[in-house]
Amino acid sequence: MDKETVLLRMEDINKSFPGVKALDNAQLTLRAGTVHALMGENGAGKSTLMKCLFGIYSKDSGHIYLEGKEVNFKSSREALDNGVAMVHQELNQALKRNVMDNIWLGRYPQMKGMPLVSEKQMYADTMKVFNELDVHVDPKMVMSKMPVSQRQMVEIAKAVSFNSKVIVLDEPTSSLTEQEVEHLFRIINMLRDRGCGIIYISHKMDEILRISDDVTIMRDGQYIATKPAAELTKAEIIRLMVGREMTNQFPPKLQTASDEDILRAEHITAQYSQLNDVSFTLKKGEILGVAGLDASGRTELLENIFGAATRKSGKLYKDGREIYNKTPKEAIKNGFALLTEERRATGIFGILNIRENTVIASLKKYQKGILLQDKQMAKSTNDMVQAMSIKTPSQKTQIRSLSGGNQQKVIFGRWILTNPDILLLDEPTRGIDVGAKYEIYQLIQNLAKAGKSVIMVSSEMPELLGVCSRILVMSGGRLAGEVDADNTSQEEIMTLAAKYV
Amino acid sequence: MSQTKAQAKQPVNIINWILDHAMIIIIILMAIYVEIQRPQFFGVASLVNIISLTAARLPMALGVAGCIILAGTDLSGGRVAGLTAFIAAILLQKAGVSTRFIADGSPWFVPFVILLVMAVGACVGCLNGFCMGKFKLHPFIVTLATQLITYGVYLTVSNSKQISSLDPSYTTSFVTKPLFKIGTTSVPVYVLLAVILVCLMWVVWNKTTFGKNMFAVGSNEEAARVSGVNVLLTIMCVFMMAGALYGYTGFIEGARIGTSSPSLGLNYETDAISAVVIGGVSFVGGTGKISGVLLGVFMMQLIMSGMTFLGISGNVTYIIKGAVILVACILDMRKYRTKK
Repeated sequence: MDKETVLLRMEDINKSFPGVKALDNAQLTLRAGTVHALMGENGAGKSTLMKCLFGIYSKDSGHIYLEGKEVNFKSSREALDNGVAMVHQELNQALKRNVMDNIWLGRYPQMKGMPLVSEKQMYADTMKVFNELDVHVDPKMVMSKMPVSQRQMVEIAKAVSFNSKVIVLDEPTSSLTEQEVEHLFRIINMLRDRGCGIIYISHKMDEILRISDDVTIMRDGQYIATKPAAELTKAEIIRLMVGREMTNQFPPKLQTASDEDILRAEHITAQYSQLNDVSFTLKKGEILGVAGLDASGRTELLENIFGAATRKSGKLYKDGREIYNKTPKEAIKNGFALLTEERRATGIFGILNIRENTVIASLKKYQKGILLQDKQMAKSTNDMVQAMSIKTPSQKTQIRSLSGGNQQKVIFGRWILTNPDILLLDEPTRGIDVGAKYEIYQLIQNLAKAGKSVIMVSSEMPELLGVCSRILVMSGGRLAGEVDADNTSQEEIMTLAAKYV
Repeated sequence: MSQTKAQAKQPVNIINWILDHAMIIIIILMAIYVEIQRPQFFGVASLVNIISLTAARLPMALGVAGCIILAGTDLSGGRVAGLTAFIAAILLQKAGVSTRFIADGSPWFVPFVILLVMAVGACVGCLNGFCMGKFKLHPFIVTLATQLITYGVYLTVSNSKQISSLDPSYTTSFVTKPLFKIGTTSVPVYVLLAVILVCLMWVVWNKTTFGKNMFAVGSNEEAARVSGVNVLLTIMCVFMMAGALYGYTGFIEGARIGTSSPSLGLNYETDAISAVVIGGVSFVGGTGKISGVLLGVFMMQLIMSGMTFLGISGNVTYIIKGAVILVACILDMRKYRTKK
């Protein structure tokens, strides 16, 4: 097939989720026999765009043309039947089943004239695919017994086995070793020579520049540019990925940090996640940022400090005294507060009202005998609503009916009422619109001004640069470096974030 | 990450092995204790009795096991069996008896009745599966509702009447007919039927697309969906199959007991669920084996018969049954708990 043949064209794709415009006139043109890299920061809309193609999300508007014909897949099945396969970022596998059961799921080979699955055929077909791709996995192995990298190779083999024209690989190398990445690249080159179009989503610049023919860059759900990989450099890609204007998005910085250390963490290593040997100090009144890619161990770091995850080794000192924080309860007692990443899942109590959501972490304060004092709780809640100008019809409103920004303020209020010294904030502005973000930044600054110390994890680098004094950069579960927010660049952080991936 | 770690520190650990097989070990020890106390426990008569009762309870367990593999449950089983036992009884009552529910007429052709009661069960299952797959209702709620509806329909139609005087073509010449004798104890036909059913279900679970889809949906519904499996259809079929098996259970129980009454089927579903859980079919979904179900039902029956042998009162039986379920589930969850 000619390399100029357009295999897939996505035009003006729009997709909104409640409160967020995930895709804003996104574009993509994939030529046959090429590898097309799709790049952007976390949340730029890459995966969403691919899910619209694959029929997992239905797009709000826009057109998708496959080999010149307009298509609109309603289900994954339809996409697969029409020659579009996808390796998902979060591995979608039936872990309790074996390898071949997973590969042929949805299209098991039948025995002739009988309503039975032909295991023999399935085994032979699996071996054929594996031999072709040089994958060495036992087709009868149960998925959950294999390391993640092998599961990923199985998933890639599955996508290839559909004989698809378009194959989407969403972060396929996130858990592969170097040799396995080389292996994957050989497979990709083979598919390219066959005339397949491959869409390759990855954060790893070196890989992108090596393997891809074209690169499309997205930012905030919008299409930024498509360029031949040969004309791009790492620096240029980063500039296109992060190049947004930064005027007045943040309140002016204040010098709130004192010289006195409030928290010292030494060699924090997690028992069940890849967090490994992280040490840092936090000053009283400081806003300390934590940057890194997805799965770099940022959330795990906060959870380990807060006692929500099991620590394998490492020590914590608060005001020079060793503390343990074995459970969240103990951490709260020691003056910590954790604002979780998934506000909807682990932050708000959706059907409870504002007041209940506000006082839930400090109920003891309102207890007299065995009863809770409504008046006191109403007063505290009112204080918080006033102090943070939370927009709500009343304290009796269910929190789920508020906007994301106001929900987040309520959760801030909840933790402020526990009177913590150290606030751990995990993506405090995720899914919040720009105006409300500014108010959250102000709120964080005010807390720091009042002598509270803050550790703030964020995927948005401008936010970290605009709010924090220092930034820790995590990579692959380790601390890749520490930068001074006023004397660094997004490029430097990006480079550090890619250090151990 | 945690997976590789778990693999690394897995040199055969005796404590882990014991915990993995604790349920079976406990039950075997219990059986041995009973045998020591009452030496006839392992006698032919007692063992054949335990096997026969196991065969009677198996169909329902095999049905509900499918629902549990989907990470669901099904509470409608007992009442469906009650309803179908009633249907089978009125259609297969002796001709000419004064208490005949349908005044005139003669017993129907037996195979036809089997198909009919299985179809009735499947209808209830169809409703269960549809509500679950389409409206995303929790299986507990859906099947609780259909359990009540089924029972209500049965009581209304039967007017709470007992149906006896069943035709021999249904009972002594078919379901409870001695197949052969071991010593003086005879093995009834329904044991053979249960054996056939177990083989059939083994093929369905392991060798058909439907069976494989069932496990895939139970293990990871989203994975099944993005691989092009019709999830709604799979859920509906699993519950219909379960329903048909409950219907069949009613047919067998009607003949075995010889009377259809409103109490027939009471707690059958909880007994079946307990047996299935003891047999290692996990509420986590996606795991379970036919051999496990078979073993679970047998073990449960062993406990029940053992307590009868020891003369333990029915009241205490409940306590022991409950404790067994609790222990079985705690041991089961060990395998799936992910640590943070």
